[in-house]
Amino acid sequence: MSHHEEDHHGASGARWRVVVAGNPNAGKSTLFNRLTGGSAHVGNFPGTTVGTTRGTLQLPGGDAELVDTPGTYSLAATSPDERVAMDALLGFGHHPRPDAVLLVVDGPRLLRSLYLVLQVLELGVPCVVAVNLLDEARAGGIEPRIDTLAEVLGVPVVGTVARSGEGREALVAALGTCLAEAPRSTAPHTFPPAAAADVSAVAEALPERLRSGDPARDEAVARWVLLSADESGRLPGDGEPLAVVARIRKEARAAGRDLDGELVAARYAWIDAHEAVFLGRGPAPARSFTERVDSVLLHPVFGSAIFVLVMTLAFTALFSWADPLIGLVESAMGALGSGVGGGFDAVAGGEATGWLGLLRDLLVDGVIGGVGAVLVFLPQIALLFLFLALLEDVGYLARAAHLADRVLRAAGLPGRAFVPLLSGYACAVPAILATRTLPRRRDRLLVMMVLPLTSCSARLPVYTLLIAALFPPVVLGFVPLQPLALAGMYLFSTAMAVTASLVLGNTVLAERTHEPVLLELPPYRVPDPRVVARVVWSRCRDFLSEAGGTILVATVVLWALTTFPRHTPDELLPEQTVAEARVMDLDLDALAAPLQLEQSYAGQLGRLIEPVISPLGYDWRIGIGLLGAFAAREVFVSTMGVVHGAGEDVDEQDEGLRQRIREARRSDGTPLYTPLVGASLMVFFALALQCLSTMAVLRKESGGWRWPALAFVWTGMLAWVGAFVVRACGLLVGLR
Amino acid sequence: MTLDRLAPGQRARVTAVEGEGAFRRRLLELGLLPGTEVERTGQAPLGDPMTYRVRGAVLCLRANDARNVRVER
Repeated sequence: MSHHEEDHHGASGARWRVVVAGNPNAGKSTLFNRLTGGSAHVGNFPGTTVGTTRGTLQLPGGDAELVDTPGTYSLAATSPDERVAMDALLGFGHHPRPDAVLLVVDGPRLLRSLYLVLQVLELGVPCVVAVNLLDEARAGGIEPRIDTLAEVLGVPVVGTVARSGEGREALVAALGTCLAEAPRSTAPHTFPPAAAADVSAVAEALPERLRSGDPARDEAVARWVLLSADESGRLPGDGEPLAVVARIRKEARAAGRDLDGELVAARYAWIDAHEAVFLGRGPAPARSFTERVDSVLLHPVFGSAIFVLVMTLAFTALFSWADPLIGLVESAMGALGSGVGGGFDAVAGGEATGWLGLLRDLLVDGVIGGVGAVLVFLPQIALLFLFLALLEDVGYLARAAHLADRVLRAAGLPGRAFVPLLSGYACAVPAILATRTLPRRRDRLLVMMVLPLTSCSARLPVYTLLIAALFPPVVLGFVPLQPLALAGMYLFSTAMAVTASLVLGNTVLAERTHEPVLLELPPYRVPDPRVVARVVWSRCRDFLSEAGGTILVATVVLWALTTFPRHTPDELLPEQTVAEARVMDLDLDALAAPLQLEQSYAGQLGRLIEPVISPLGYDWRIGIGLLGAFAAREVFVSTMGVVHGAGEDVDEQDEGLRQRIREARRSDGTPLYTPLVGASLMVFFALALQCLSTMAVLRKESGGWRWPALAFVWTGMLAWVGAFVVRACGLLVGLR
Repeated sequence: MTLDRLAPGQRARVTAVEGEGAFRRRLLELGLLPGTEVERTGQAPLGDPMTYRVRGAVLCLRANDARNVRVER
């Protein structure tokens, strides 16, 4: 891991640094793979949650480190995440200054892609342009004239087909020459005089951190600032607004000019004027393959049916197919645990006790249990990202977002939020990782904040246990209450998620500026297995290295809370009970387990929070269950097993545990669990963010503890109020 | 008329892009400029968002956003 860590901070030892920029759907990842082979690895840009891929390209003169940036149509940024491309190209902030830029553009859509090329040329940095997807362009009747393009742009241009490797050699040679000679590039287009004067005024007033001393580059930065800063002149991620920007814009508006339009139109005007020069046109097919496929996949009836089918398949994979793999991980960790435990016992010559026993329990229940708690997420993460990467690469993900957009808009979310939200009903951990498919940070955060409310599969055992133990199978003579109650919990969870999205989306995460919800529907393509494999592998590794540690530590801490202070059964049980148990050859540890848990730190915490949860109808025993559920919600079931003396190895189907739950009494002799307490507990579980793994992943994906802390507090309050309202209403109508 | 009123298959030319700040800049930078030719290609099953061909690419836009683009046939 240390190797990757070093690379994160740019100390790779390569001679050159090349930033790779380009359009979305232009095959940039495939080209990147072609150039860097197996050396590619994934990380974040320093100080951000923006993902990047790095890899090494071997050139005759030395190694070049290639650094990928997110695909974009323009360098202009309205969020700190979008700013990364510009910062990386010019070496602003934490970014080292690159020696050259490799621009990967979308050949079939060259007329639009050249906008980004012109922006980069304005910066004056050494640059090589790869016009990718030449095969697709030709199939669509477009023939980019590569040599002419190089001539008019004044930089090396290479035509490539990343998938087949066509053009790779020429591209590597062009990059090598570019790095060795570091030629300046110059923009071929000009801006109208009024706009140019405005740009100069901003360039002269640029703050030190955005200045380079190169007049042409300062002007390019000024144009970028004018198209990126908000109304007050503040750049995304910056503290101080630039007064000059606000002033210049105001003056232009007062003069009836459209400064934004002038800057953008000048670039497109050059592109449109030269279209015939660099674009040959061949015979275009009457109807492209993509159009024919879309007539089915975007069909009002068939398209919707296929969408439902594809999403059902994805959900089934997460919900059911991952199960055998999860079982495999669990039994492997179980076998490892009993092997290690057995080793200790063999060394001790009998059951290890004292310090040796403590060490054994720490290793087996704490560490190995904790590693298992991390690894169980891998099957779902791998499956979800396999699915996402395939759909993305094929081109269906954008269509799915398009199809789901109208429905999700009701919750104030874009269509792209559909797959992460759906995944939340299996598990919030992979679902939160999947929010990376959302381009805007505000949308990502909103989905991340809502996801803990979707009814994940770990809640199901809790619901099943409580419903089966406490709810009558039939009410009013014919209504099957139990399945209705379970369905009700899913409906409730969905309704709460939608409500939360609307509330948060209009308050804490309100859009500061309205942005168009834009999607491009890329052509359908055969997925590139190497790109797909890299996405799956890097997501799994990311999860292990960045969230795994937190989950492991949390599991060990929870284990310690329920284990210490440790007492032997003889200390915990009355002498008479011990003597009787010895005679009857009963398991003393099992007999003492509820008492051990009761006097542990977790038990003490359970008593400590009792005043808070007693208005909900819970006592300290349920309190321990709620605390234990932080390891994973389904742990509530086995905690209840221990607390109520049914043993640790129970599941939600266990009739003995259900019986003991029905028989549990408060100190005044009334039943602890009534159907009303059960309902209130289920509502609590539906709303509370009782999952340390989710919080660990939230921290990683949101870039700090702020959002997970906020989510924990507000879902906690929501859960308490929800459970209280259920109980209060129940008591009002005469339930107990 | 505005972009959202185009019928499927209809072509038109952009005359003006309205709206504020970042929203408008985003549309402009994608190439929706006065003079640009646009073709409505389709729509999602519930009638919205709609898809348009602009400079060879297929873009999907919500009707509410498309309303900011004035076009003439």
